[in-house]
Amino acid sequence: MMLSEADLLALAITLKLALISTAVLLVLGAPLAWWLATTTWRRKYLLEALVALPLVLPPTVLGFYLLLTLGPDGPVGSMMEALGGQPLAFTFTGLVVGSVIYSLPFVVQPLQDAFAAVGRRPLEVAATLRAAPLDRFLTVALPLARPGFLTAAVLGFAHTLGEFGVVLMIGGNIPGETRVASIAIYDHVETLQYAHAHWLAGSLLILSFLLLVVVYATHGRFRVVRT
Amino acid sequence: MSIRARFQVARGAFRLDVDLQLPAAGVTALFGPSGCGKTTLLRAIAGLDRIAGGFLEVDGEAWQEGERFRPPHRRPLGYVFQEASLFEHLDVRGNLEYGRKRSPDGASTASLAETVDLLGIAQLLERDPRTLSGGERQRVAIARALAVGPQVLLMDEPLAALELERRREILPYLEALHRNLRIPVIYVSHVPDEVARLADHVVLLEAGAVRASGSVQEVFSRLDLPLAHDHDAAAIVEAQVSGHDAEFHLTLLEFAGGRLTMAREDLSPGSRVRLRIAARDVSLAVERASGTSILNILPATVDAIEATDAAQATVRLLAGGVPLLARVTRKSVARLGLEPGQAVFAQAKSIALLS
Repeated sequence: MMLSEADLLALAITLKLALISTAVLLVLGAPLAWWLATTTWRRKYLLEALVALPLVLPPTVLGFYLLLTLGPDGPVGSMMEALGGQPLAFTFTGLVVGSVIYSLPFVVQPLQDAFAAVGRRPLEVAATLRAAPLDRFLTVALPLARPGFLTAAVLGFAHTLGEFGVVLMIGGNIPGETRVASIAIYDHVETLQYAHAHWLAGSLLILSFLLLVVVYATHGRFRVVRT
Repeated sequence: MSIRARFQVARGAFRLDVDLQLPAAGVTALFGPSGCGKTTLLRAIAGLDRIAGGFLEVDGEAWQEGERFRPPHRRPLGYVFQEASLFEHLDVRGNLEYGRKRSPDGASTASLAETVDLLGIAQLLERDPRTLSGGERQRVAIARALAVGPQVLLMDEPLAALELERRREILPYLEALHRNLRIPVIYVSHVPDEVARLADHVVLLEAGAVRASGSVQEVFSRLDLPLAHDHDAAAIVEAQVSGHDAEFHLTLLEFAGGRLTMAREDLSPGSRVRLRIAARDVSLAVERASGTSILNILPATVDAIEATDAAQATVRLLAGGVPLLARVTRKSVARLGLEPGQAVFAQAKSIALLS
């Protein structure tokens, strides 16, 4: 027995979710990490703590609040309805929103470290070479922080693969839409279909391991939680 | 082209309070011990740090005045940092091109080639900056700063991060810049020897304030400043090569104060050189000595005398208007009855070529 068609679909949804979430995370995380690495604001630790929150919160807590926010009666959900859309709860888009928040620290922290390692000097040099602030960010800070981007992308991707609690709360279990691999595994175990569970769990295990091998092979080390 | 700078900072124990008019040409050294505020001043001129309430005018244009502040990327300057700080994601050529591409009215490709030549980095263009030696890196950094076609070049102790040997390797290039650059250079340093070699004008900073500002000859020989009382105090003399003595293997020099002789150097007649005459190597006589081995005997006038320590005094002389220093014992001063205005003969035992 191999992966069933339903399981393959769940795996595909998982990969699609991880890919899109990672892309969104990098686009949003880079300026946020840049700001955190360079600001002289004394209370930046407030924002750092907020970004790190998903590391310690049970995913169900995060999912619960997201459900309230994104659901038809929540502020975002009702706004979406007022604009002629539909609430994000129980949709793939809602899953992306949840994943982005859930994996935020895994992307922002390596990026912030990478930007901090680049330091102020190369940007000062660029300023004396006529580069405006955005130009300096794009042509000096980003390329010099490139190793951090690889780490951030792989960690964000791998962490989204393993998402369960948030999806359970806001995704429901709609095949082809929000049914991801981790939920499918849970279902298989619930219904005592251990062989199915094995195939799917094994696939995720190997995939995650390979991704982490890439990170360690190219870097040697990374930190997720700063001390 | 002239630079006026007025800055005041008080940050904890650190203070800076300067009001300067810097010359429009040549190399101006901001000189003083570490912590005297020279780097702070340079960064304020570059706009890398903003000192509230400061004033800076370059070539008639206000770069900072009241609330107006022109950010560094819109100031037509070149800046060389203490560490070369080359962009490691670009090769040497990419580093040189970075600023040049962004300064449309700056240097042309032709002058880039000239700069590359001047700093001797033509064979390094395709290299990865990480594979360069410290001296090579700093030469590339200087060329990169010049490639934007700046109106003024700011240098923050460009030799400080290098070992002695690398420093020796790079000094000739800086001297070449000194001779060839038409733009003013502001050079931060705490090393008297570098300043003696490179500067035309010196701003001596002490605890955030300007202690003295004048020509390098003047500042190095003023008896009210600590430099002239240093163990290695020396006068700086600009002279012209007048010829060579083939028989005794000597080089003959001339300056306003007279003729000088030194062991032969490979210099063509007519070329201008900078000499260093150490105060310790100059002795004084009230009559022209005969029967002495010393070749360099210059008629001079005593300008001022100050005790340097309990036993020694430093005498400032003027030879044809050029200041010289002599370190003698206080006993000699008393015995010869030396006093300002007196005519004496300065006998220089040795003369060193600076450039």
